Amino acid sequence: MKNCLVVDDSKVIRKVARHILESLDITVSEACDGREALSQCQSSDPDVVLLDWNMPVMSGMEFLQQLNATRSSRPKVIFCTTENGLGHIKAALDAGADEYVMKPFDRDTLESKLQIVGVL
Amino acid sequence: MREIVATSAMRMLTELLEQKTGQVLSESRLWRLETALGPVMRARAIHSLEALGEAVQADASGGLATHVVDALLNNETSFFRDAHIFAMIGNALIPEAIARTQAQGREPTLRIWCAGCSTGQEAWSLAMLFENGRARWPDWRLEILATDISHSAIARAQSGIVPQIEAQRGLPVSEMLRWMEPEGDDWRIGPALRGKVDFRRDNLIDPKVPSGYYDLILCRNVLLYFTPERKRDLFSVLARHSAPGGWLLLGAGETTIDLTTDFAACPDHRGAYRRVDPA
Repeated sequence: MKNCLVVDDSKVIRKVARHILESLDITVSEACDGREALSQCQSSDPDVVLLDWNMPVMSGMEFLQQLNATRSSRPKVIFCTTENGLGHIKAALDAGADEYVMKPFDRDTLESKLQIVGVL
Repeated sequence: MREIVATSAMRMLTELLEQKTGQVLSESRLWRLETALGPVMRARAIHSLEALGEAVQADASGGLATHVVDALLNNETSFFRDAHIFAMIGNALIPEAIARTQAQGREPTLRIWCAGCSTGQEAWSLAMLFENGRARWPDWRLEILATDISHSAIARAQSGIVPQIEAQRGLPVSEMLRWMEPEGDDWRIGPALRGKVDFRRDNLIDPKVPSGYYDLILCRNVLLYFTPERKRDLFSVLARHSAPGGWLLLGAGETTIDLTTDFAACPDHRGAYRRVDPA
């Protein structure tokens, strides 16, 4: 069974994402910010990270940069954010994000992105 | 699922759908009526299906009937829906069709018909697929005709505008950036693809498209709304418009069994059917 780490400071978004992911037979763990996510990546080794951009303590972009610097093989990273401008999308891809989901999203969108990165 | 007993208004509205499109709304799917027609009714301050039925009959212009039929059509679609089908098209069907077309001495143009194209994502996906593989067929041109009976779906397809939530469904973000551009909160098909698909409103039962013409016909998730008799009619239409040896692609739950001998399943390519030589 695949494992997804959902990183978002919004409890509602984490709950929605968990609901969708579990319906796709994916095990879910959660983190509220980038720092907590880094710690969880070291301890639980998720297959994919669903990553918000703007969070307290450590942003999604900082998380991704540190993940790239500290891990030779890392989970797939899908940004999932309200930052929907071209600049943000390109910056995320330049930083090594594997996919990008613009909020709001639905089950079909998330499922298709997980297929695209090879998790499903 | 709750059982719904058809009222006379329900029967009248489903008959209207069948008369205009050939599609049947079965008893088990009658629950869709109120949900699907809700926006049409709210826009006109109509509070019941009975009142809507009366309004349709009283509207001599037929405009309300068009809105009702449009609302009852299922326009669900997404980019690269059933990704393995598109992989098969790119890896096997297009190369085979090109080889066959060359052998027939035809001009280097591949002709595709998306029959029942909804809001256009399937046709745009094919255009992207073809352009992404351009190095493999540098001298070939792609001609895509995409038709649907829904006025609203075709209008949206022609506009090239895709709502954000649909733009990212099935489409890798790198492809979205390559082929689309932001348009307010939505996305628009970019200039590199615009013009590569000819969207037209047309009725599958009597389409105004050239006979014996198409190397590849996609008619996916359309047949399931038709009666067996209508399906046979539709297969005749598709056979008539297929090029000799052309391919037909159906949806996952659709089959030719007991419905036509004009197309034969291809064991090597699941979901693909070959036009049988009428000889």
